[in-house]
Amino acid sequence: MRPPGLLDRRLLFVTGKGGVGKTSVAAALAALAAAQGRRTLLCEIDAKGDLAEVLEVEPLRYAPREVLPQLFAMAMSTEESLKEYLRLQLRVPLLAKIGPLARTFDFVASAAPGVKEILTIGKLAFEVRENHYDLVVVDSSATGHVVGQLAAPGAIREVVRAGAVRGQVDWILDILQDPAQTGAVIVATAEEMPIAETIELAASLGSKTYVDLAAVIVNQVLPELFGVREEELFSSLRTVASRRKLVAELGEGVNGVLDAAALAVARRRARAVHLEALYDALGPSVPMLYLPFLFARRHGVRTTRRLSAALAAELGVDA
Amino acid sequence: MRLESLLSAKEIVLMCGAGGVGKTTTAAAAAAMAATHSGGRVLALTVDPARRLATALGLQEFGNTETRVPTSAFTQAGARPRGELWVAMLDTNASWDDLVRTHAPDATTRDAILANPLYRNVTGKFVQSHDYIAMERLHEIHSSGRYDLIVVDTPPTRNAIDFLDAPDRMAEFFSSRLLRWLIAPYRSRMFTAASKPFYSVADRILGAQFLRDIAEFFMLFQTMYDGFVDRAKAVTRTLEDRRTTFVVVTTLEATPAREAEFFINALVERRYHLGAVVCNRMLPDYFTERAGAQAAEAMKTDAAALATVMAHRVADRDAMQGVLREIAESYLNYHVVAAREAEQLAELTVASELVVRVPALERDISSLADVLEVGRHIW
Repeated sequence: MRPPGLLDRRLLFVTGKGGVGKTSVAAALAALAAAQGRRTLLCEIDAKGDLAEVLEVEPLRYAPREVLPQLFAMAMSTEESLKEYLRLQLRVPLLAKIGPLARTFDFVASAAPGVKEILTIGKLAFEVRENHYDLVVVDSSATGHVVGQLAAPGAIREVVRAGAVRGQVDWILDILQDPAQTGAVIVATAEEMPIAETIELAASLGSKTYVDLAAVIVNQVLPELFGVREEELFSSLRTVASRRKLVAELGEGVNGVLDAAALAVARRRARAVHLEALYDALGPSVPMLYLPFLFARRHGVRTTRRLSAALAAELGVDA
Repeated sequence: MRLESLLSAKEIVLMCGAGGVGKTTTAAAAAAMAATHSGGRVLALTVDPARRLATALGLQEFGNTETRVPTSAFTQAGARPRGELWVAMLDTNASWDDLVRTHAPDATTRDAILANPLYRNVTGKFVQSHDYIAMERLHEIHSSGRYDLIVVDTPPTRNAIDFLDAPDRMAEFFSSRLLRWLIAPYRSRMFTAASKPFYSVADRILGAQFLRDIAEFFMLFQTMYDGFVDRAKAVTRTLEDRRTTFVVVTTLEATPAREAEFFINALVERRYHLGAVVCNRMLPDYFTERAGAQAAEAMKTDAAALATVMAHRVADRDAMQGVLREIAESYLNYHVVAAREAEQLAELTVASELVVRVPALERDISSLADVLEVGRHIW
């Protein structure tokens, strides 16, 4: 069976090593889905405020807010999620009235394995199950933490043998483990550690979480400057004689310009080696998408839109 | 002020910053330089080393135990170390086990804790246990007096300041009324009026058995209360000590730099010693030079005329024009990024007396020689 298109799934967890642009890519994915007319929820898990920054909006809260047409953004809060859960599922009245109870629950949630995680994952799966949105895009934790998060429902099922929670992890798992509905998207840059972590994560997603790897997005791809023939001409420009001529024409600053081009070529080449390792490890079955490095002064709505357009081109859809 | 003099006056250096900025490499480089030039026994304590970094240090891999980097590795890298370089990795599970062994009141309790089905799960998750155990291990190694200098690569945390507060939170956690409250009904079999509604709701959500498992675990754990709290306080004192310093590592991209500033403020607020800010992967200076930008602009505009001058053969002129355009555009692209970085750098320079700039190394770290090359930039 052909896997569903990336944006046709219902729940996408976007992860990646710190510094690879995970938040920007999550925002771009969600913005693209919304631009296509999908009612989309974009949720930031680590409330660091990076998402609000790339969307150029006020700090996000638990209650979703429409930040672009059809795009709703929220920040996860396990406490709010717990309150909502108790209210909706168990019909427990507002916790605020019972005072210390809320704090106790917070404590149990911190102490008991997987409770915080399930409150996070559960909330997101709930939005999917209730069809509140066509697509939920999650700016998830970094590679090191995401497996624990996605594996939490399974872990809970093993330790909690009774109670309301037990009954609920089952439907959460049904959603998480269905590749037609849920997928993980790993964002990487073509550098040693991000690629190594991507390969590791791809393996443990399958063995520990059963969440389908929907795509690997290689972000910040540097432009190819030259073909083989141009490369030769470029070398000819860097000889002593040519440099002297260029300095005469353009001034001393041109030396830096030539060195800069050599650096750009070297950088792109060094990155190609890591991409090879990634292809070898993942095989042809995992879709790979490429997004360009954006030479931008700052990252905000404009760069998010540019990334969205690049994603649309990669996916072969209209932006 | 240089990192060399900072490090020679300190016994503990904590490298902190956002994920992916090169903390581990910076920690290894600082430790390798200290071992080479200042002498003594230096330990690099890391959280999650790149496998290649282990190989670079001449080791197959390193675990929770401290391993010495062989002198032959230095010799191969063309260095003659005056001291010794040791490395160790933080293994959270093994460290928790050690802690339980140290603080359990007797063998029965110790075994019961280690065998508790929830133990692994709970220690792996509760109140930043990872952050705490890193600080605890640091304290343990430091007080053993085995090393003259310990360079720590701090754990990647959700919130960079979490690990600073971890010892306090751990102490708070073990002395908390909430913990006693949770355990009480299982210990005394008496439900207080206050805890009854909690248990009835908790039972409905989690099931009674699970709650009992948790409570049993914490009851066992509480036997270690005194040892734990004293220890957590000692760990905090170690962080505050004048022999300890913090180095904030960052790149000049917007997000990590913002986190670095946040972290600097957090350190200052807590009165910890901010020793230096290390700016990693800086673009070369020629990207910000005015003459360079002017040359690139001119090259782009006059590409056709220049191509005529520069191409050795007439047939190459068109291609040469394309090459000159590409070169100029590539420069101007990076120039934009470099200008932003310069701005970030200026902001960080205000925040710290010592700002160390490390250029991007255009290859992966694959040998001790590479580590030392990074080291030379920070030293």
